[in-house]
Amino acid sequence: MTIRRRLLLTCAASGSLLALTCLVAPLVGSTQISLPRALDRSIPFADNVDAQIFFIARMPRVAAGVVVGAALASAGVVLQALFRNPLATAETLGISAGAALGAILAITAESWISLGPFSPVAIASLVGALLAIAVVYLLASAPRRPLSTAVLLLAGVTLNAFISAIILFVQYLADFTQSYRAIRWLIGDLDVGTFAPVLGALPLVVVAFVMFSLLPSSLNLLSVGGDLAATRGVNVVNVQRLAFFSAGLATSAAVSLAGPVAFVGIVVPHLVRLVVGVDHRVVLPVAALFGASFLVGCDLIARTAMAPVELPVGIVTAMIGGPFFLWLLVRRG
Amino acid sequence: MAARAKRLIPVAAVACAWAAVLAAQQAPARRIISLVPALTEALYAIGAGPSVVAVSSYDDYPPEVKTLPRVGALLDPDTERILSMRPDLVLAYGTQDALKAQLQRTGIPVFDYRHGGLADITATIRRLGVETGHVSGANRVVLEIERRIAEVRARVAERPRPRVLLVFGREPLSLRNVYASGGQGFLHDLIDAAGGTNVFGDVRRESVQVSTEMLLSRAPEAIIELRVGAPPAGEQARREREAWQRLPGVPAVRSQRVFILHGDHLLVPGPRVALAAEDVARALHPEVFR
Repeated sequence: MTIRRRLLLTCAASGSLLALTCLVAPLVGSTQISLPRALDRSIPFADNVDAQIFFIARMPRVAAGVVVGAALASAGVVLQALFRNPLATAETLGISAGAALGAILAITAESWISLGPFSPVAIASLVGALLAIAVVYLLASAPRRPLSTAVLLLAGVTLNAFISAIILFVQYLADFTQSYRAIRWLIGDLDVGTFAPVLGALPLVVVAFVMFSLLPSSLNLLSVGGDLAATRGVNVVNVQRLAFFSAGLATSAAVSLAGPVAFVGIVVPHLVRLVVGVDHRVVLPVAALFGASFLVGCDLIARTAMAPVELPVGIVTAMIGGPFFLWLLVRRG
Repeated sequence: MAARAKRLIPVAAVACAWAAVLAAQQAPARRIISLVPALTEALYAIGAGPSVVAVSSYDDYPPEVKTLPRVGALLDPDTERILSMRPDLVLAYGTQDALKAQLQRTGIPVFDYRHGGLADITATIRRLGVETGHVSGANRVVLEIERRIAEVRARVAERPRPRVLLVFGREPLSLRNVYASGGQGFLHDLIDAAGGTNVFGDVRRESVQVSTEMLLSRAPEAIIELRVGAPPAGEQARREREAWQRLPGVPAVRSQRVFILHGDHLLVPGPRVALAAEDVARALHPEVFR
């Protein structure tokens, strides 16, 4: 099968799955609503609770799930190829920790610095993630020395541990209700309440995806080895830089929108590779599409499993993702 | 006769020793450490304040406690300091198992406490009165709480009872991570006493994390937000209230019945709970408090 045909086939399959998930997800929730009533324009919107739940609560949530799921899954694919390490994710690199520190400072300081669609916590976590990316990159790219992925990875892991310690310290100083809210933020959740924060994060995710689209062929060569890639005419350092910043940008946007939703960046890429093989020209788009439907699906479970109360989606991704991934590993072995 | 008297000596000795043990057991505590702010407040209210030797790191009421040593709190009690202060009663929260076990091994009595409903607050104050020898003080405080809450109930008795969402935490300037009172605990009882019906009365939990969908489907007619501390500056207060405008379909938002109350007494299940009930009732039914 040619690569073009395979790409078409797998994208059509994962795209259909995403379309199906997005169609079903807004229809189900902790409350029973009637779709005809929700879409009935003759009832004033202010009096139509079904329409409000459908358009204000559920649709933005599905949209956030698509954006965050696609971003985290693709970032996982890119980072794992960049470091040639199956465990690399935005969490290993300290990006999520940077975002978490920002968010927790905003929560404990009761920050009220907001910017357009970004709430104080969203903006603080975005700034935290971008700062973490900058610090890791600067550490790994000393002047007159090529970018070292080994240093990049180690600096990220160390920064992650260091920031986690600061987070614990800030939580220790915070009062009880604040640290409770901070912990809940760390679980990750998609209840954005309006489209505005999703639209706010979208430009960053779009830029990251444009950068991703330049990467697949080089990542294929890179995942075999930097030297081999160089002999095939790949500008290794430039590709590494592009991969690191694009994955960082996608993660920053996703985490500022939903918190550090666990496991998507590691489970989805591996699942996709198990099914479609290792060619990044196929893996990357399919991971984006499947990541989106995976997260929307998990959120569907989060919203309904314990109705009338709702779970944060991060609990579901971790509880489904972990065992499922282990099962696949064992089955394959 | 003398022989009989002699035979009675050991009996008398045993009786005296027994009485001494009983007296020691029932002697009111004189060196109290409180790890629960609500209980600290209760101790001072019933007149046991002078016996308090240390408090938790979250205590700031009444003002007298600010000069007392701090010995940690719920998650991080400083056992070593607690033991070194030689307390004869430690007020601990029900989940502090490790601390309770250590104190019991050293023979220091523990007052075991968990937050509950309004009735539990008054029962706890009475129990504290017995333990500290301030029974009459405790009775006075309890009667005062009961009188004031009964007065609030009487005032709002004839009023329609709005469906109330009682929020005690959310992310700044946003409606994410909203925490509200479930159908258990003193906040739920406060809504009831203040003449409202809790929209989460059917959820058998103390707190509920409320999603946008739940805010819309539960459709509260009044929203009360309780916040610790002094009210913020005008601009910030306005923007915090405006955050609710993102859900204009919620009846409380539409009818402008969103109230953000500030004060350190609002979230403490202690002797100032009647004051909190009055504040909530005044927000829900301003017409009967004019």
